[in-house]
Amino acid sequence: MIELKNVRKVFNSGKPNEFVALQGASLTIAEQKLTILKGPSGSGKTTLLSILGCMARPTNGRIIFRDREITSLPERFLAEIRRSTFGFIFQQFNLIKGITALENVMLPAYPGGEKRLMLEQRAMALLKAYNLGAKALSKIEWLSGGEAQRVAIARAMINNPTIIIADEPTAHLDSRLSREFMEAMLHLKNDGRTILIASHDPLVYDSDSVDRVIEMRDGAIIAPGAAS
Amino acid sequence: MIEKQRNIIDFTLSSLLRRKGKNSALVIVYTLVVALLASVIFFTHALRTEASLVLQDAPAMIVQKLVAGRFDLIPLAYEEKINNIRGVNAVRGRLWGYYFDPGIGANYTVIVPEAEQPADGTIVVGEGIARNRKISIGDLIPLREQNGETGIFKVTRILSASSSLVSSDLLLMSERDFRLFFNIPRTHATDLVLAVGNPREIGTIAQKIVTALPDTRPVTREEIGRTYDSVFSWRSGILIVILFSAVVSFLIFAWDKASGLSAEEKNEIGILKALGWETSDVLLMKFWEGLAISLSSFLAGLLLAYLHVFVFSSSFFQPVLKGWSVLYPDFTLVPFINASQIATLFFFTVVPYTVATIIPAWRAAIIDPDAVMRA
Amino acid sequence: MILHPPVLALIIGSLLTCFLLAYASYYGFFILRKWDLASGSDVQLDFERKTYLISTLVTYAFAFQLLSLFLFVYTADDLCHLFVGAMCAAGTLHVNPYGYPTLLLKIINFMLAGVWLILNHVDNSAYDYPLIKKKYLILLLITPSMMAETVLQIWYFLNLIPDIITSCCGTLFSAEPRETGSAISLIPGLPLRIPFFIAMGLTLVMGVSVYRGRGKGSYFFSLMAGVTFILSIMALISVFSLYFYELPSHHCPFCLLQREYDFAGYPLYLTLFTGAVTGISAGVIAPFSKIKSLTTIVPAAQQRLALVSLICYSIFTALVIVKMMISNLTLR
Repeated sequence: MIELKNVRKVFNSGKPNEFVALQGASLTIAEQKLTILKGPSGSGKTTLLSILGCMARPTNGRIIFRDREITSLPERFLAEIRRSTFGFIFQQFNLIKGITALENVMLPAYPGGEKRLMLEQRAMALLKAYNLGAKALSKIEWLSGGEAQRVAIARAMINNPTIIIADEPTAHLDSRLSREFMEAMLHLKNDGRTILIASHDPLVYDSDSVDRVIEMRDGAIIAPGAAS
Repeated sequence: MIEKQRNIIDFTLSSLLRRKGKNSALVIVYTLVVALLASVIFFTHALRTEASLVLQDAPAMIVQKLVAGRFDLIPLAYEEKINNIRGVNAVRGRLWGYYFDPGIGANYTVIVPEAEQPADGTIVVGEGIARNRKISIGDLIPLREQNGETGIFKVTRILSASSSLVSSDLLLMSERDFRLFFNIPRTHATDLVLAVGNPREIGTIAQKIVTALPDTRPVTREEIGRTYDSVFSWRSGILIVILFSAVVSFLIFAWDKASGLSAEEKNEIGILKALGWETSDVLLMKFWEGLAISLSSFLAGLLLAYLHVFVFSSSFFQPVLKGWSVLYPDFTLVPFINASQIATLFFFTVVPYTVATIIPAWRAAIIDPDAVMRA
Repeated sequence: MILHPPVLALIIGSLLTCFLLAYASYYGFFILRKWDLASGSDVQLDFERKTYLISTLVTYAFAFQLLSLFLFVYTADDLCHLFVGAMCAAGTLHVNPYGYPTLLLKIINFMLAGVWLILNHVDNSAYDYPLIKKKYLILLLITPSMMAETVLQIWYFLNLIPDIITSCCGTLFSAEPRETGSAISLIPGLPLRIPFFIAMGLTLVMGVSVYRGRGKGSYFFSLMAGVTFILSIMALISVFSLYFYELPSHHCPFCLLQREYDFAGYPLYLTLFTGAVTGISAGVIAPFSKIKSLTTIVPAAQQRLALVSLICYSIFTALVIVKMMISNLTLR
């Protein structure tokens, strides 16, 4: 369970371009469910997502992650949590060009200091599970949109995370790929993982797999939603 | 721990190779800077070592006569007084001087050797003289004597090129010829050379000489060695100070390159941070990057300098470091390299480079993990 | 002044290290005053980012300091023939009154940097930066020490004037051989051997106690580590070096670093320095085990430090004992 208490995030505080991305959000996210953060751009859902995903520290407020207060944890501890518990899928996939799909999948696990051979095997198994075995050694630039999407998902899974976070994952996908994506997420949820998606795509938030939709606007939660 | 380093090194190397253009410019300049400084250091050190080796055969002490602070001919009568000093094994007068050849504008060092004096009327010349005046064995050479007349000398031997570092400008003649040539009376010599039994006593002997013969100046081999050393060091030091401007420009260039992360590089680091790489992991990556660049440039630079100095006789620096000599010897230096030179070069190049890139590396490493989300 | 390239290199190295530490101290000063971990403000986040920079700067300063320590001794050795009566580094360092103080400060600063880095590592292992203020306070003390060393070093080199030929009578009249740290070598052989072995023995025993007892007795261990360090150097000069040189009168601590003695000095001094830094650190971090976030971290760190220290000191002792046994010299 992830609990947010009055979390506020301000960027460039004190400067002329000061910007309040989140205004005192309080929230409890249940695990093993698929939760959507819905709202237009600028609503603060990306900021909220990044705070939930231990990628940013709130300016004010508290975060309690699985009964442990992590508000003031130094970066290295947050990174440790992030690496072992979370898997990220980004809007533009953000795969690193110039290296192979296999290497991309292995990247999040490098700081863990695992033996390379074992890591390669695990990454290969993941790619095969997503039907990308043949493309494992291809450079990212040569993959199609759908293939890149699956590589991104495989990469998110390399550290066997319990929580998956996706930021506008379908923004650059057609309907078929968007539906395939939601299916993959459902599959992961049934595996016992928690899924958090920020999206303003109806294909995502109207999907049957969704357990809860949180609506946001102008940095505040306007509809906390409930388990549906 | 080691596995982690291995993984990060792997990624670092692949990153470097992906950005060949930017990195090769840096590596080339870095290599050249190292090569430049290394050439200076190798060259002077080798020369210094060579000179000190040669000096070992020099006499333990030389006694010169000074008149009004200037060098004058020394009376051979002084030999007796010096011989009487305990510890002196042998004294002998030495004849040598300089001859200016207006034909090629060079100074020759004329010496009467102790052993194997050339026969009267003949001379032995060094390789540099032979080359510049296009002399072969058997040639008859005119030389202008002290009294204005011209003497003709036959060249019987040319000194070998392998000794040319010291013998290039030498001209050997017999004692009789020398005295006639330079008008030096039989009672005098240019200076006196001593052989001493116990080297520890040199100081005492020198003191006694000065007491007995107050118008003389004893010079020991060690002093000559120290003076050579200082001059060589000073010259190489000055060169390095001057070349340091090249190093500083390089540092500015390196700092600029390190700071100027392209949008793509920034994005990449942002992705790594988002995926769970910590600031210290990224710093480690930057460290390996710096090491890879430094190591390859340093080694390449050393190799280049080695080739330049010891294979191609460092044409670059010779005029400054060797002095005003016209009779320039052709020779190849024997390589004398030690750990101190490498450490010195390290401090001149790798250390400043590392310092110049610490802050840009850190700036890159602290990119926020949520930066890729916000973009 | 001697424009010898290594001298220039040492000066540049020192200046750069000073610069690194000064930069680190500048930010350390602000962190000292305004650090507040609970705050999520931009200022605090910025401070946290800066801590990485400071750690990096001090790490590099430490590495350069170690290198420059050895280069300094090497250079002093190299320059010895420029001074009448100087046979090795010991003589060169005695040419003016700034040589030995520079060396001493170099060693001290190296140790201080090492202890700081260990402190830094312990602090970073905890989730709430418990030692941050103490850490940066110490940094603010190390920096002036480093600057003093740089100034001393420059002054030393500036005042090194080689005995070269002058226009009158050479320098033979000032040919009094320079003293080679003779005060130290006056320490007669026997009385130091026994204290050394006693101190080393105590240190090793205490080290094992710290290692197995997870930190018990670390204050005493740390004290002994320091005492043993000093005693080892003294014993090296007055007794052990004789076995390496196989001469009853050669006490110089620097000649050991030369090729003709198989560079024996390097493993000896490296193990000694490492053993001292780790041993002393074990005691330095001891008072912090009471801090909540460090209760498990400190004893674990002390164990590791004690282990490293034990290994290093043991190697040193082994090297010395072996040399004493196989050397051709017998001292009775």
